[in-house]
Amino acid sequence: MSANLSASFYLISGILFILALRGLSSPETSRKGNYFGIAGMIISIIVTFLTIGNFGSGFIYVLIFLVIGGSIGAFIAYKIPMTAMPELVAGFHSLVGLAAVFVAISAFLKPEAFGLGFVGNIKLSSLVEMSLGAAIGAITFSGSIIAFLKLRGIMSGAPITFNGQHFINLILGLAILFLIFYLCISQSSNIFWTLVVISFLVGVLLIIPIGGADMPVVISMLNSYSGWAAAGIGFTLENTALIITGALVGSSGAILSYIMCKGMNRSFFNVILGGWGANDQTSSSKSKEQKPVKNGNADDAAFLMKNASSVIIVPGYGMAVAQAQHALREMVDALKKNGVKVSYAIHPVAGRMPGHMNVLLAEANVPYDEVFELEEINNDFANCDVAYVIGANDVTNPVAKSDPQSPIYGMPILDVEKSKSVLFVKRSLSPGYAGIDNDLFYRDNTLMLFADAKKMTEEIVKSL
Amino acid sequence: MEIDPFIFRLSIFILSIFIGYYVVWSVTPSLHTPLMSVTNAISSVIIVGAIIAALADSSSSIFETSNIFGFMAIILAAVNIFGGFLVTQRMLQMYKKKKK
Repeated sequence: MSANLSASFYLISGILFILALRGLSSPETSRKGNYFGIAGMIISIIVTFLTIGNFGSGFIYVLIFLVIGGSIGAFIAYKIPMTAMPELVAGFHSLVGLAAVFVAISAFLKPEAFGLGFVGNIKLSSLVEMSLGAAIGAITFSGSIIAFLKLRGIMSGAPITFNGQHFINLILGLAILFLIFYLCISQSSNIFWTLVVISFLVGVLLIIPIGGADMPVVISMLNSYSGWAAAGIGFTLENTALIITGALVGSSGAILSYIMCKGMNRSFFNVILGGWGANDQTSSSKSKEQKPVKNGNADDAAFLMKNASSVIIVPGYGMAVAQAQHALREMVDALKKNGVKVSYAIHPVAGRMPGHMNVLLAEANVPYDEVFELEEINNDFANCDVAYVIGANDVTNPVAKSDPQSPIYGMPILDVEKSKSVLFVKRSLSPGYAGIDNDLFYRDNTLMLFADAKKMTEEIVKSL
Repeated sequence: MEIDPFIFRLSIFILSIFIGYYVVWSVTPSLHTPLMSVTNAISSVIIVGAIIAALADSSSSIFETSNIFGFMAIILAAVNIFGGFLVTQRMLQMYKKKKK
């Protein structure tokens, strides 16, 4: 296949990938969009084979490796529980990053196969592109591994900070730039390997200071990085499909990070430079612990909700941890039978990744037109009888509106406190991730339900 | 004076960033998780580079280091392609409208 023809086909793949993302503008078109994406991928792979035109033993090996990888991927895709989606995505990002590193390495070792010159005399622009691709890929890989370990609970979600951390990151960042510059002059393979190793290290150092609840930003950011790494490799290979995809994925991840940061009213750098958990917020929560709270049980909750005319459910990460989404749906079904109007309110940063709660509710067969975003539903709390807060905390804290001293001041919150009564399912009065006491616990219209989210919801179902 | 092909690629890249910007803003927030998994799947088109690396002619009958890196990259990218698209499909199947 001629280079011009294959380039045209790569362009078609790129367009199909754009359509795949476009489809996600609504759930109805999204499934078709996914098929566009698959078609684009198939075209790219076939065109690559035809362009190389070598169907010898190597081709058979490629197919074998494709099938091995594909089976592993398919197996994971079917087995993974929906609650584990954040760590799955983090894991997948790490694979893209590592693949980018491997491709860059082999382009460096054998530039003639890619038409980039010869060992020791690689085209300058290609060298810059492949080293950027390798560096960003390596950062994506090790950063995603750390994110994966934190999300999976293998590593503590608490931020790991030490003195001079930012300084070390700055030095390493500058070192990467210097090494790329030096690599261009010397073409030395030792420099290239050093670059890769330092980039792996940067990825680790970049993610360890970021705490658990900031993970939505981290995952989006790594998503963006994996795109830029792919784009870097795309420039090296002079491949349009890869360049388009890299740009799409890069900007997609960047926008998601922006949305997540905005949902917390924090700047991107504030999140990246280390979490709230590192600050000492304990003093403020101690003074408040003496305040009285109203304590209820499942029967009280069932009674309140059964006699309500409208109920808004506010799910959070706790629902995911307790796997309470199915029990919750049963509860809502029972309420609907009693003629209660039920809707769901989702805060942008609820859960551990963008859209996390929506997927879990969809899994539990909650129709997506009953699920609303913050701006859509926030005014409805004033007219609603009961707000059922399950596993959310900081995103409902009215202190974000009233106390300029609070670290979460200015963060958009769900106006749960405006509803006639609030049922708050929580295991204890402990403050949330941000380390701030939630004012809502002590309000007169709040009834605390101290229990595991799933158990409490199941008990409520029984007493309905 | 001839224009360096790099400029063309850079143009494609920058225009694609703009396309990505507008397309992604139009994605409904409830589908942000599938968005992440599908972007993850399509960025595995990097497999193109992996295939080229794996099939690059080796001077001997034994695979060279660069080929081996290529094959490893193929496995990683293939896990992502199949895993990414299938898990996206699985998620999207779950989004249903209210039964009327």
